[in-house]
Amino acid sequence: MSVTPIGAMSDAALQVGPAANARGYWATVGRRITRDKVSMVCAFILALIFLSALCAPWLGLADPYQGSMIRRLRHIGAPNYPLGTDELGRDMLARLIYGGRLSLVVGILPVILAFVCGTSLGLVAGYVGGRINTAIMRTVDVFYAFPSVLLAIAISGALGAGIVNSIVSLTVVFVPQITRVAESVTTGVRNMDFVEAARASGAGPFTIMRVHMLGNVLGPIFVYATGLISVSMILAAGLSFLGLGTKPPEPEWGLMLNTLRTAIYVNPWVAALPGAMIFAVSICFNLLSDGMRSAMDIRN
Amino acid sequence: MFVYILRRIVYVIPIVISVALVCFLLVHITPGDPLVAILPADASQELAQQLRVAYGFDRPLPVQFGLWLWKAVNGDLGHSIATGRPVLSEVMRAVGNTVTLAIAAALIGFTLGLFFGLVAGYFRDTWIDKVATSIAIAGVSVPHYWLGMVLVIIFSVELNWLPAVGAGPGGSGAWGWDWEHIRYLILPAITTSVIPMGIVTRTVRALTGDILSQDFVEALRAKGLRETSVFRHVIKNAAPTAMAVMGLQLGYMLGGSILIETVFSWPGSGLLLNSAIFQRDLPLLQGTILVLALFFVFLNLMVDIAQAAIDPRIKRS
Repeated sequence: MSVTPIGAMSDAALQVGPAANARGYWATVGRRITRDKVSMVCAFILALIFLSALCAPWLGLADPYQGSMIRRLRHIGAPNYPLGTDELGRDMLARLIYGGRLSLVVGILPVILAFVCGTSLGLVAGYVGGRINTAIMRTVDVFYAFPSVLLAIAISGALGAGIVNSIVSLTVVFVPQITRVAESVTTGVRNMDFVEAARASGAGPFTIMRVHMLGNVLGPIFVYATGLISVSMILAAGLSFLGLGTKPPEPEWGLMLNTLRTAIYVNPWVAALPGAMIFAVSICFNLLSDGMRSAMDIRN
Repeated sequence: MFVYILRRIVYVIPIVISVALVCFLLVHITPGDPLVAILPADASQELAQQLRVAYGFDRPLPVQFGLWLWKAVNGDLGHSIATGRPVLSEVMRAVGNTVTLAIAAALIGFTLGLFFGLVAGYFRDTWIDKVATSIAIAGVSVPHYWLGMVLVIIFSVELNWLPAVGAGPGGSGAWGWDWEHIRYLILPAITTSVIPMGIVTRTVRALTGDILSQDFVEALRAKGLRETSVFRHVIKNAAPTAMAVMGLQLGYMLGGSILIETVFSWPGSGLLLNSAIFQRDLPLLQGTILVLALFFVFLNLMVDIAQAAIDPRIKRS
């Protein structure tokens, strides 16, 4: 977070905001979260998964695409294959680590895109109000009339399988949710004195939104968005699991789970491994988001 | 109350029309021609044109939407391209099985969720709270389709206690509430129930905590009420919000069942949607999504009305 609410406020705003603390708001939040053991463990696990996915080619792993008909479905702990092999004899450890690349991108990118679009839409809707607000928020309501899984699958199903289509459909699912949060936060901030002061001192609507409002609304929206990453990871892998995401032989956790489904009678626990990765990432993001929420709630 | 219900219904009409529009447009964002699935690869231009006229794809979009909506209102969602049967009857038969699954899952998920939530909220910051919230967070974080696979591995593959796939003897149209059928329901229902269980636990825990910290609880205790009576007040105050969350979750279970139904080959609307997608059966895809979305809208309406019925504060606002 480079934009802090205090740094972003003008002099007029400084006297009203929670700037009386000796330490800045984000510095306090940062200190509180580093003292939370659960959050730190989650952050460490996530960092480990991210870094290993990022550095996969330099970790000395087996080729994740190289199969072998005579080494199919080895058990966990088999010599040379610490996590066994899949239905085509490919090394599971390598595929799980390489799989993180696509799985994490397809899981996280939609939330980032939706965060940008949703925040902009919500900010405009909340600040400008009137007809523009009605137009944006009523459109958002329509998307709320679909359960999110159904909407994601409907759009993906109509667009056809593919990574880009999965990202698009998940972004469409999350934009309305983030817009709604952003709009309600913005409406709350918009009538505060420092915004009035900025307006009185001649700032235009764009400057007010960018300089005075954005920093104050980003925090809650950011926390909400981090909570969505867990849902997004599960849905993104779910789309590949159904065959609507990436195509074989690409390593991706959801797709691996799908192709290994036929192997559950032969080597059940190897078949369950990709799902365990999705679960780990998803629960860590959820716990981290919870930790962040309580760290930002300075009243406690 | 009557005025409130009427207002809610009027508010739902534009939503229903927009939902129909989205479902209608879904077919038109598909790359290529909607007919590509039924036309043989070497079909002549003439044949393609004939079919396009037969299905009405040659008319302008707004006209197509109007006609489609008019037919849909009259209960005609067209015919499945793959099977040739009416879409509505296909969808309704499948929805029946999804409702069975959702009800079973709701019974498990809501009971556990309410119990864990109340207990965790009441004994906040004790070990009981920690256990309950850990279960809840695992419930909302688990990829449910994977949990389904793990349950199959444990109870079907390793222990051989319960069947792994299907809906029991007689197939999709012969559901009955006897053990021969219920055996097939257990694993999918448990799998479906974990997310609502987690969400209900988290909601009810937060609600209970909030209510217990309010002044009136202090007053009740000061008045000398026993803890069980205090607890009754807590439940009463938590009920409207908890109900709204449960209603929404029921809607998600009905509409979002595709992944679990695929894992267990449960013959519900999700499995139908899956086959519609992969056979590129667009009328069936459109119809299934429309019916499921309308269910969801209707359920939300019911929740709003029920909430207003038990909490007079909502009607006034």
